[in-house]
Amino acid sequence: MTVKMSYSDAINDAIRIAMRKDENVILMGEDVAGGAEVDHLQDEGAWGGVFGVTKGIVEEFGRDRVIDTPIAEAGYMGAAVSAAATGLRPISELMFNDFIGSCLDEVMNQAAKFHYMFGGKAKVPLTIRTIDGAGFNAAAQHSQSLYALFTHIPGLKVVVPSNPYDMKGLLLSAIFDDDPVVVFEDKTLYGVKGQVGEGFYTIPFGKAEIKRAGKDLTIVGIGKQVNTALKAADQLARKGFEAEVIDPRTLSPLDEDTIINSVKKTGRLIIVDEAYPRCSAATDIAAIVGDKAFDYLDAPIKRVTAPHSPVPFSPPLEKLYLPNPEKIINAFQSMVGDKVFTTV
Amino acid sequence: MQTETKASAKDMTVEKAKWIYQKMQEIRQFETSVHDIFEKGEIPGFVHLYAGEEAVAVGVCAHLTDNDNITSTHRGHGHCIAKGCDLDGMMAEIFGRSTGLCKGKGGSMHIADVSKGMLGANGIVGAGLPLAIGAGLTAKVKKTKNVAVCFFGDGASNHGTFHEAVNMAAIWKLPVIFVCENNGFGEASTFDYAAATDHVADYAKAYKIVGKTVDGRDVQAVYDAAGKAVQRARNGEGPTILECKTYRDYGHFEGDTQTYKDKDVQERALHEDDPILRFQKYAKDSQLLTEDEITAIDDKVKAEIEHAIKFAEDSPFPDASQVTTDVYINY
Repeated sequence: MTVKMSYSDAINDAIRIAMRKDENVILMGEDVAGGAEVDHLQDEGAWGGVFGVTKGIVEEFGRDRVIDTPIAEAGYMGAAVSAAATGLRPISELMFNDFIGSCLDEVMNQAAKFHYMFGGKAKVPLTIRTIDGAGFNAAAQHSQSLYALFTHIPGLKVVVPSNPYDMKGLLLSAIFDDDPVVVFEDKTLYGVKGQVGEGFYTIPFGKAEIKRAGKDLTIVGIGKQVNTALKAADQLARKGFEAEVIDPRTLSPLDEDTIINSVKKTGRLIIVDEAYPRCSAATDIAAIVGDKAFDYLDAPIKRVTAPHSPVPFSPPLEKLYLPNPEKIINAFQSMVGDKVFTTV
Repeated sequence: MQTETKASAKDMTVEKAKWIYQKMQEIRQFETSVHDIFEKGEIPGFVHLYAGEEAVAVGVCAHLTDNDNITSTHRGHGHCIAKGCDLDGMMAEIFGRSTGLCKGKGGSMHIADVSKGMLGANGIVGAGLPLAIGAGLTAKVKKTKNVAVCFFGDGASNHGTFHEAVNMAAIWKLPVIFVCENNGFGEASTFDYAAATDHVADYAKAYKIVGKTVDGRDVQAVYDAAGKAVQRARNGEGPTILECKTYRDYGHFEGDTQTYKDKDVQERALHEDDPILRFQKYAKDSQLLTEDEITAIDDKVKAEIEHAIKFAEDSPFPDASQVTTDVYINY
């Protein structure tokens, strides 16, 4: 059974299901309830997170398990790491992924390394939920997509759901995973609706989904750029080219096989990633395919990414900054040549 | 702020006094041995020795069980020993051997044993502070009576994590004891230079919690103050900052020339202000331990440390497969 709900509601649903299932699951972060110690908001909370994603959860589980933290990311993220190591299963919200600068040590040097440094004798079942994504006119410090930063770090798992169904299943996997997981919530997807499974279900990490089959081109989209890739594929189909669109769903672990097998079939690869272009998910996937499927490539791998610049504020500039279907189609045209592209 | 240099023996049993003396000796002899072996070039990497600060770890951990958690620092050997980590496993870890507490994958700066409530030495100054409140949060959410102790240096008191963690522990009334080992130096800079405050415990006033400064070379004083702080934490009365003024007998790291130290202060620390000699005298004067008992413990510890060194030396290095195992639980 499925039910139509938004990406935001899918997150809320997953958290409630997890908290009902396991009393060790707690939700913590800045104003995840809001209004702490304000008498008339004690039960219902104020915000439920800055975008209202966790609204109402405090009403069901109370403030012992839905904990508003001070705006002190290093302090509460470090607390979440150790709470995980000592028996809880915290969901710790980093309001915007751009704030990682204030608590990178806790994630990179503590959460990610405990299991390894301590010889496999400690575990950190921590889920970090964080908001990423441009397209909201939130400017350079609230719009980045920093999943590559976390993918770089051994010991962390990185999840980039592109739709409500995946969000719920991947978030539930994350919460009940015994390793630290960072789940990216694209702020522009919160209102997007889709069919979502009812009750508890999980989606395994490291399993990409082929969103659309095709033989002429493989497009790998990261996060919400899966949707951009699908739009481009529609337009290419009208020109007679069949693009296969792959959503990796998780960047760490990465389902290399699905991508490589697709490229072996199509001979062409475009990666669509709205993050910065250097040392990114796009460059990583390009390198892997270059290494493992070079002989199958009919054209150089293309990356459709943001430019190497911060996210601009002004709406027309931000629009120029982001990937779009036209950029993907132009990249494909450069791969097959103008003659082939226009004569088909 | 109050400074206590003397505390009564009324709360210390003979059994506890023996445990305290043995643990202090274990730390001292362990560190002296590591110092000697490091000089010979047989220990890889960075080593930061705890000698001189024994009274702090031991005086505090004397009140803890395996269910209580501690967080530590880069100077963590003493905390590990006081919290009950296995000496053989510790020495093997420092030697990088497969039989080490962390299979040789952590080393001196990351020795841990979560089964003993030892959440790891830590290579990052200030990192243990938020971790300690996390352990305190677990105790609060799960409604156990466990406490968390954060050992940190005076250097870390200048770090933002100190203030974030103390503030959070205070507003949430967490069962956490922040034990500052104020040895007067953060690396090669003095506390007087690097900190605006005279006493780390004075920050407690701003956070509206209990703060106390004691003579950290006097295990009796530490034991007494820590006992009260641990009891407050177990009773749900919130956190304490316990500042122990102490001294680092060796340098910041092994190989440090220590040109920043005052020679007279160093001499005094190694002799009349030595925390182990001071406790020997105290224990004898107050008839907690006899000379013979002290000698017997010294000899027992000597044998333990020799055993640990031999165990480490005889242990194999980790298998090549260990480079990439234990990165994830499932991947």
